[in-house]
This record gives sequence, structure tokens and C-alpha cells, in this order.
Amino acid sequence: MEVDALVMRYGDTVAVDGLSLTVEPHTITAVLGPNGAGKTTTLETCEGYRKPQSGSVRVLGLDPVRDARALLPRIGVMLQEGGAWSGSRADEMLRHIAALHAHPLDVAMLEERLGLAECGRTPYRRLSGGLKQRLGLAMALVGRPEVVFVDEPTAGLDPAVRRDVWEVMEELREDGATVVLTTHYMDEAERLADRIHIIDRGRLVASGSPIELTRGGPTSTIRLVVTKPFPPGAPESLKAALGDQVEVVVLDELSLLLTGSADASTLARVSRWCEENDVLPESLTLGTRNLEDVFLELTGRTLARGVTE
Amino acid sequence: MTGTFTPMPGAATLPRMVLTQARMESRLMLRNGEQLLIAVVIPVIVLVGLVGAADSLGLDYDDPVVDVVTPGVLALAVLSTSFTSLAIATGFERRYGVLKRLGTSPLPRSGLLAGKILALLLVELLQVAVIAVVGVLLGWDPSPGPAGLVGAVLAASLGTAAFASLGLLVAGSLRAEATLAVANLVYLLLLAGGAVVLPAAAYGGFGDVATWLPSGALGEAMRDALLHGDIAWRDLAVLLGWGAVGSVLAARTFSWE
Repeated sequence: MEVDALVMRYGDTVAVDGLSLTVEPHTITAVLGPNGAGKTTTLETCEGYRKPQSGSVRVLGLDPVRDARALLPRIGVMLQEGGAWSGSRADEMLRHIAALHAHPLDVAMLEERLGLAECGRTPYRRLSGGLKQRLGLAMALVGRPEVVFVDEPTAGLDPAVRRDVWEVMEELREDGATVVLTTHYMDEAERLADRIHIIDRGRLVASGSPIELTRGGPTSTIRLVVTKPFPPGAPESLKAALGDQVEVVVLDELSLLLTGSADASTLARVSRWCEENDVLPESLTLGTRNLEDVFLELTGRTLARGVTE
Repeated sequence: MTGTFTPMPGAATLPRMVLTQARMESRLMLRNGEQLLIAVVIPVIVLVGLVGAADSLGLDYDDPVVDVVTPGVLALAVLSTSFTSLAIATGFERRYGVLKRLGTSPLPRSGLLAGKILALLLVELLQVAVIAVVGVLLGWDPSPGPAGLVGAVLAASLGTAAFASLGLLVAGSLRAEATLAVANLVYLLLLAGGAVVLPAAAYGGFGDVATWLPSGALGEAMRDALLHGDIAWRDLAVLLGWGAVGSVLAARTFSWE
């Protein structure tokens, strides 16, 4: 799958701003970014819902809009929400989608795998969010697609169900399908993806495997949380005290993230700075650099902050 | 590589997809209480009520009242299903992402439309059966002859096409709640004043206007067919016109989300 210089606007808002990325076959590829980063718009362009306003998109070598008839049977789509008649039953809905395909999966087996048997005769509108989400995934898989697009597959799911969904995706990859998922959960991307594309404000900010993205550069972090808001100019004065080797990023008014070499002398300098500036640390946490830190360094924003924006 | 999820994609054949879609839609329509009320219960109440209270209502025609009213109630059944039920169902399909979901399934849009029309015809067959039985029990004795039967089938088909295109026009451009309100309101207005159940002549001067409405044209065509054994070409042409205008407008304005 290839996205090349894609631009999508809604009125004056630019949702996708010259995005280019590639998805290799037989991988799990995560498109990671905060809400509003342009993930869903990009995915919906690949699914043929939207026509690129500029740039191009190819899936399995096909144009999703022009070659829709050839492409649609070969892809499976899990929407963020909805997608079923409110009065239909899960089993009925899944059998309906199955019947639109030539060689669908065995519906009973799929229901067993995804824990949908418990839905019984309950109409869709009365299913729990977790069951709706699992039915959405089942509908995406039942036609035995080559490429599966899943939009925020585990948003709002309890941990056990999340693991079930992850296992199914790993099995899909093993069996030769390609999975493209969007997420704003770091752990999901880190755990599942062979390749991660980090996007922010409609632009690609980094690509690579989880290891490539977290390796290199600073390997450790210090998170400083204080009891009352930092004095004005705190990040600058702390950076001056620590030297060029250390990056200082403001997380919120009570916490800072330092990335760089977190050795004993850095820690000592942080403590001294606190003493000199009359700042009382509540906690000083050492950590290794993870995707969350990478995202923060690249965009200056936390994923969580992106979510609330 | 053969595992549970090894890809083996492909679309079912178009006829199979259309049949699947029609079966699902008609089943959902018949399962829904409100839809069933408007499809079967109200027409039967109207039929029994008008025939039972004909004298006190002052209904007096050259033919027995039941012979006049039953074709009108059949026309009402076509109107309720192809306009009101279709509009409401489609409005909520948009709202709940069903159309969006089906948009990435192998079912093409033309197949979706064909499935919907087939589902309407299936439900209408059921309505006709129920209403005809009730009519006969009330003394309805139709003798339309071959021409009348052709006229009735043409009226029902063109009426379905006209009202379905108008229903999709409403459902594809308004929010689901607004569609619900408009579809029910139009149904009530046409039931009361659209010359569908009672002949246009019963409305005095407005009757001339009413025969240009799809409801009046459908009602008149149905009565001409089942009462007099005629094919009402002029009314069928009116239905065709509404169907053409409705289809063009619906195709231009329909939004899938």
C-alpha cells in the first residue's frame, strides 16, 4: 500500500498535509498519532470513502476510488464505531456480511474465536461497547481479506479483550494478511507493529520499527514532578544548568521530562537546581526512552494532550 | 501458508448479494414494531373503519364502499412501505454507519439499491395478501380482468418507484430524526388529504390538484384497475414523472454518511 503526498482538507482545516508512507505486505503497520492527527482521514482515503484532493493512494496496486469494485472484496474494514443495523443480531449481521463474499470464514468459528457467541439474540443496539467492537473486527475479517484496516481497534476495551484482539491481529499476519491499524495507544503500537508511522497534524514525523524508533540518541529519561507550579523560565534555566546533552520538555505546569544522559551527575545537577530555585520535587523518575518519549521529542506534545485537544 | 485467516478474498455473485441484502432488509422491516404498525395495522384499521362506518361518514358511491376503499388501502400500503418505511430505515442506516459499512463490502451501490427495492416488493406482497383477505371478509368482490390486473401491477410498481425515490431523497439529505418526522408527517397528510384511500372526487376542488400528487395518482390508478378493470395511463404517467424527478434529485443529493 502506498500513500503519496496526500492532502485532504475540510473547509479551512487541513486534515492531511502532504503525507507519504508505505505499508509492506504481510506486516502489521501502525499509524500512530493523537486524535485529530489525520489518521482516520488517511485510512478512509485508502478504503475509497474519500477521493484524494491532491496526491495519490494505491492499495494492492489499485486506485481505491476508480478500482473500487476490484479492490473492495480484497480488503476488510473495521470502523471506529457503528456499522450494523440497530435491530440486527450479531450472528445475523456477521452472516450477512459473510454472504456477500465468495469464500467467507466459518462464522461459528469466528464467533467462537472472538467471544461473540455470548451475544445470543440480543439486538446490536443493546450490546456492550466491547462486543460491538469485537463484532466490528469479525465483520472486517469474515471475507478473508488480504489487507485489513482497523481504526482504533481497542479504544475503550478492557485489558483481556485487548489482548484477544491483539492475538487475532498477530495471527492474521502469520497467516499472510496485511494489517494497517491506527491507534493513539503507545503500548499497542509498540507491542504489535512491525513498522510504525508517527503522524502529527497531518504530517509524517517519523517511521521505523519500534526498536529503530526508540534506539539511538538518548537512552534514558528523567521525569521531574513538583509540588507547586514551576517558576517562570524554569525549563530554560534548568537546561542551562544541565548543558546541551539534555533536552527539557514541559509536560504540564507540574512536570518536566528530561531526555539525555541520566547519569549520577545529571541527577545531582537537577537536585541542586531544585534547591537553588526553591522547587520541591515530589518525584524524580528514571526511565528508558519509549515511544511516548519519541513522540514527545518529535512533536513537543504528549499523545494524551493531543487526545484532549 | 494455510492458517485460519489465510487470505482468500472474493465477492459473491451479484444476484446472491442482492438476494442476501433483500432478505436481510425485509426481515428487519418486519421485525420492527413501528414499521409493522404503519405497514399492516394502520391500513387494516383504515379499511375496517371506513367500511364499518360508511353510513355515518356519508360515504356513498355507485359501487359498494368496500370495492372503492380496498384498492385505496392497497395504494396506502404501497405508500407506507416504499416511502415512510424506506425513508426511516435508510435514515437510520446512514446514522448508524450501516451504509458506510456496506460501502466497503463487495456489494456495489446498484446492488444495494436493487436489494432495497426487492425487499420493498416482498413486504408489499405480504401487505397485499393481508389487506386482500380482510377486504374479502368485508365483502370485497373484485373482478378486474386481465387489463385491470396489469393496471394494478403497473400502479404498484410505478408507485413504489416514485415513492421510493422520494423516500431516498428525504433520507439522503436530512438527519435521521428529521427524516423520521418528515416521513411520518407526509404519510399522515397524504392519508388524510392525498386522495389515496378515497377517490379524488371526494375532495371537491382540491381533488383536481390531488390527482397530480403521487398519492392521488397511485390511488386513482389502483381504483381504475381494480374497480373498472382499466389501465389508467394518465395516472401512471404522473407516477413515472414523480419517479424520474425523485430519482434525479435523490441521486444528486444523497449523502452516504
